[in-house]
Amino acid sequence: MNSVASFTVPTVTREQVTADGLYKKIDVSNLDFFYGDHRALKTINVSLYQGRVTAFIGPSGCGKSTLLRILNRMYDLYPNQRATGDVMLDGENILSPSQDINLLRAKVGMVFQKPTPFPMTIYENIAFGIRLYEKLPKSELDDRVKHALERAALWNEVKDKLGANGQSLSGGQQQRLCIARTVAVRPEVILFDEPCSALDPISTAKIEELIDELKDDYTIAIVTHNMQQAARVSDFTAFMYLGELIEYGETTKIFTTPNDRRTQDYITGRFG
Amino acid sequence: MNEQHTTKAFDGDLQDLARMVAEMGGLAEKQVADSVDALAKRDSALAQRVTQADLMIDTLQHEIEEKAVLTIARRQPMAVDLREIVGALRLANDLERIGDLAKNIAKRVIALNDEFPPARLIRGVEHMTDLVLSQMKLVLDAYARRDVTKAMAVWRGDEEIDAVCTSVFRELLTYMMEDPRNITFCIHLMFCAKNIERMGDHATNIAETVHYVIEGRPIADPRPKGDTTTIAALIGGER
Repeated sequence: MNSVASFTVPTVTREQVTADGLYKKIDVSNLDFFYGDHRALKTINVSLYQGRVTAFIGPSGCGKSTLLRILNRMYDLYPNQRATGDVMLDGENILSPSQDINLLRAKVGMVFQKPTPFPMTIYENIAFGIRLYEKLPKSELDDRVKHALERAALWNEVKDKLGANGQSLSGGQQQRLCIARTVAVRPEVILFDEPCSALDPISTAKIEELIDELKDDYTIAIVTHNMQQAARVSDFTAFMYLGELIEYGETTKIFTTPNDRRTQDYITGRFG
Repeated sequence: MNEQHTTKAFDGDLQDLARMVAEMGGLAEKQVADSVDALAKRDSALAQRVTQADLMIDTLQHEIEEKAVLTIARRQPMAVDLREIVGALRLANDLERIGDLAKNIAKRVIALNDEFPPARLIRGVEHMTDLVLSQMKLVLDAYARRDVTKAMAVWRGDEEIDAVCTSVFRELLTYMMEDPRNITFCIHLMFCAKNIERMGDHATNIAETVHYVIEGRPIADPRPKGDTTTIAALIGGER
């Protein structure tokens, strides 16, 4: 069964398209999140637009990674964690109990802080994910693996050693392998949780370039501690502090003339 | 900016820049006053000193540029900090131009050595200088105190200088028509007046920069203009 190809075509309602013609791929409203009794997110309202990169910034513990983990229901893996409110993906609430988690995670891919290649060959690292969702003939699978590696700007570096262990690659290459793995299952949304914090400047630049190339086809969210990186790669920026969304707007505005004093103090290095 | 940066050296960098700009402003003010003083008193020695002192202003401008570039490279400033630095660069530019204009007046004083324009005509130029100096003082104060209201007052106040400049031009024009021998010093005086009028424009530029540094956006209204010297006064003053 080809479950990826059988995604239902979303119905676009008027509220999902902004005046600028941007499509609200994900619309978060009145979202609260609890770790046991601790309320980690407080009434979050934010939208992620298709074809745009949204950056989440804020000091450690402000809830940005938590928010990201809600967008593909990662928190389901842990007991005592719950989210209330609405997270609409193409008009459907992903927080509803009837949501198919596997389908959701195929649609919403995630790249983590530390590269996490599986202890298998480079080829298998990518083919593995595809096989979970689709049964493809060998030649087609080869094409998909190649295409994913090309999208992740890694093909030229690994095409002669696809049989090598994924963990034998450098840190930057491993991270791009993880991005290739994410892209291979054809998601619609990609979440990056500090994708460059463990990488050197050259690898960082490559990942940023990659995000720029990918954004036309996906909806991208990135959590980063590197303010300059947020300013470089994103179209929209959300500043979070103590579980609240303090300010959200176009990146050019947030990094030049933010409205909120706390945003300004944070981005100029006056606290945090 | 009451709150300090986590990195204290960054505060030091920004304070240094502001201090250098203030110092440059003080020097420029003095140059303007001295150059017109030299004109009024026919003091070639003072004029000579003005032309030499311009070097100090130029040097300061280079230092500010270097410091600004270094701070950007080292600190990657954002938002208000970035505007602070860009503002310092722009102010340094305008102040350097004001210094050049004062130097130009001083050179004309040296060139005018043997001719004595009537005191009446010089008084017009002196009046303009008083207006420009008070504008400069006000705008440098607005910069030092980050006072947007004061900056806006300077921005609106340029009209008067322009108007006086036009009237000085008319006066000089009649003087030249009376006797062609007056033309040489009248032309020099005309350029002096135009230089002072240009200084006023730089003071308005500075006011705009101060507004930008504080508010993060340019001034929205169209600027009032009272200068008709280039067209009306020369054609015959009908417009």
